Amino acid sequence: MTDHIHESHVLSAHTRHEIDLWVAKFPADRKRSAVIAALRAAQHQNQGFLTTELMDAVADYLSLPPIQVYEVASFYSMFETKPVGRLHVSVCTNISCMLRGSDKIVDHVEKKLGIKTGQSTPDGKFYLKCEEECLAACNNAPMMMIDHVYYENLTPEKVDQVLESLK
Amino acid sequence: MSQDVVNLEVNGVAVTGRKGQMIIHVTDATDSYVPRFCYHEKLSVAANCRMCLVEVEKAPKPLPACATPISEGMKVFTKSPKAIGAQKATMEFLLINHPLDCPICDQGGECELQDLAMGFGRDAARFNEGKRVVKDKNLGPLVSTDMTRCIHCTRCVRFTAEIAGLQELGTTGRGENSTIGTWVEKSVTHELSGNIIDLCPVGALNSKPFRYQGRSWEMTEQPMVSPHDAVGSNMNAHVRRGRLMRVVPRVNEEINENWIADRDRFSYEGIYADDRALTPLVRRNGELVPVDWQTALEAAANGLRDVIARDGASQVGVLSLPSATLEEYWLLSRLARGLGIANVDYRLRRPDTRDQAADPICPGLGIPLVAVDALDAVLIIGSDLRSEAPLLAHRVRTAAVRNGARVGLVNPAEFPMLFPVAGALTVAAGALVTELCVLARAVAEVLGQVVPTIARDAAAPGASQIALANALCGAGAKRLVLLGLLAERHPAFSDVRAAASVIATLLGAHLGVVSDGANAAGAALAGVLPHRDAGGQPSQHVGLAANAMLNTPLRAYLLHGGVEPGLDTLDIGAGTPIGPDAFVVSLSPFAPESVRRIASVILPIGTFAETSGTFVNLEGRWQGFSAAARLVGEARPGWKVLRVLGNLLSVAGFDYESSEAVRDELRAILGTLSPAATSYTGQWTLQGPVLGVLIDVPMYQTDPIVRRATALQQTHVAARPLVAY
Repeated sequence: MTDHIHESHVLSAHTRHEIDLWVAKFPADRKRSAVIAALRAAQHQNQGFLTTELMDAVADYLSLPPIQVYEVASFYSMFETKPVGRLHVSVCTNISCMLRGSDKIVDHVEKKLGIKTGQSTPDGKFYLKCEEECLAACNNAPMMMIDHVYYENLTPEKVDQVLESLK
Repeated sequence: MSQDVVNLEVNGVAVTGRKGQMIIHVTDATDSYVPRFCYHEKLSVAANCRMCLVEVEKAPKPLPACATPISEGMKVFTKSPKAIGAQKATMEFLLINHPLDCPICDQGGECELQDLAMGFGRDAARFNEGKRVVKDKNLGPLVSTDMTRCIHCTRCVRFTAEIAGLQELGTTGRGENSTIGTWVEKSVTHELSGNIIDLCPVGALNSKPFRYQGRSWEMTEQPMVSPHDAVGSNMNAHVRRGRLMRVVPRVNEEINENWIADRDRFSYEGIYADDRALTPLVRRNGELVPVDWQTALEAAANGLRDVIARDGASQVGVLSLPSATLEEYWLLSRLARGLGIANVDYRLRRPDTRDQAADPICPGLGIPLVAVDALDAVLIIGSDLRSEAPLLAHRVRTAAVRNGARVGLVNPAEFPMLFPVAGALTVAAGALVTELCVLARAVAEVLGQVVPTIARDAAAPGASQIALANALCGAGAKRLVLLGLLAERHPAFSDVRAAASVIATLLGAHLGVVSDGANAAGAALAGVLPHRDAGGQPSQHVGLAANAMLNTPLRAYLLHGGVEPGLDTLDIGAGTPIGPDAFVVSLSPFAPESVRRIASVILPIGTFAETSGTFVNLEGRWQGFSAAARLVGEARPGWKVLRVLGNLLSVAGFDYESSEAVRDELRAILGTLSPAATSYTGQWTLQGPVLGVLIDVPMYQTDPIVRRATALQQTHVAARPLVAY
């Protein structure tokens, strides 16, 4: 169906193991269901973003037409299809966080990292995502998420602390 | 069944539908038109354009007619203020990002969005913000894109996924950023990809060769039949002032459904190739010079008469392409036999004719095309089916995907089939017969039947042969064994067919063939064969088959239909075996260098689009058509040229008034013949191996018109080199 890609060279053994775990959760003829999990593993393996080569490898591994993988990768905001920094910093700017001063937090993060939203730091460490939808932590607004970890009740000082600890 | 009938009301009129139908099926059946973009009868329901919103009693909001199943007592209103209001609102949203560039859009005048905007659009836009702009994609040489016009109906995406079986297009991004495309720069390569042009309801996907060439209202529509494969796809020619501008499918559920192959759609460019023969040409002092028709016809007639008088009729060979009309074949057959010429053949790419006496009278599937959809098992032998007959491959795919038919392949190479394959045996061409004998033995063993003589000495079947035999025998009883064009080109075709026939008999299957060209069946019926006259009646003298005529140089040749020796024959690339000292008459739409080198007379004739005639497809179905386009230059329809040639050579009874008269005469003769065998009647004996190679003619090299179709020649498929197995 597709040009054969030796996915073993592209997807690491760990990534393949991770995908296998997800594939096992679905009926045998529904490997497509594992595509989000597979892309997450592939993105993790590649330090935070997907390449066409990786998406093709995922497609090959799950026996899907590559375009179906591109569709999913380009649809979801948690997948990056262009090179970005390793740590994905997402500051929530939805209504609860906005009312609690998220704009100031964004300004502070931008100043601290020396980049605008949508940019990555030159050292490839941080990527400040454009806009994050509500992450369901309104009770502790304002908040931000760095990779999978929530940081809540933010103040500029706390942001400094968090970013310093990750440097 | 009565419990399946659902009673409902559409616009106050009581109607019935079947359980499971959607509202749109019922409204379409009762002529209550509901506007739509994404819904298409041949594709899955997407319900994403929302144009078909209708009011349903007791439903709080308008419902999409394409995705709402009917229920007992349902009251549907398609033209109520609520329904029309919803449809108009949808239209306003669809037009927000649409560029409204109809004056420069090829779709203008035949655009579903334009038509529906007339009925449901507002006269002025309320949207004052900037419209989004979407980058155009390069989908290759056949399909042009203007993606800003796209309304995201996803018909094209669903076509590639569901009908073609190779999803090449998708919806990437989301919300305002979602676009239709391939994501990575990539051509669409599927052999049916051109159909997305027809499916696209707006001007986003259009024909690239036709781009900016004409307007729909300037053209007239003429029915045609495809000349490129034996399916006989129905098409419409769009003609402007006598010139064929483009080709689109004509729906025929029994043959091509809504689709045509790219080869059928884009080959028309070849008709107007630079090397089209515009005037009759006659060789004088070594040079071909333009002459008038009378001079050329007399030169041809005199030349042939001289050779026959001097060297005998056995020194004349008549070769024709398998894609000419039935009428031309009948005249050609009559002309040859009237002159005592027995060397007549259309089977230019069949090297092995040892068992030609066992040929069916009319090569074909043996079953109707619609029956292919319902098959339980298909064994395909020696066929790259997708390139040989794309719409037959589509039907086999339908059988495999929708009905779970078990499909087996025995091929000299791995051809990707885009459907689940039960078993594939890939063997070298030289081992094909042996492999088939082993498979025959496996089938006999699985069925517990006596192993046929032909397979008695075969090796014990291995796991792969047993697995395939099990798959074929395990399915239901509707089975087909299909011999492809690669089988026909096999140096030992007789033995391939004998072995295939044994397997077919064991399986209780039909033995069908994919015949070459569009009208091999017509040629066989008309007696364009060295061993048979019309209707399969044995010839008085058995002449030479095509391959023999080219291998043993004759004194004269009559090439009909545009035969290019060295391209339409098996010695592809080897140069023509016809020497310059032979007297060669070529009835051809084209005068290429290869023919100019050897021809004594070139008589320009019309292509399939410029002549009336009949093609007989692989079901044995006669499909007549009239000339769609005006002849180029001084070219004349082939049947008229043959008629005059017959008159000049004093063959009796060549006074036809029309091509219909020619056809009717043949039909009358066929009608009075005793019903002869229409299936292979071989004796299941092997004739023995033959040395030689099996040539795989690339998809866009099959006939002279396709070879000249510029856009097709730029595709990736065309770039595939000639392969010999």
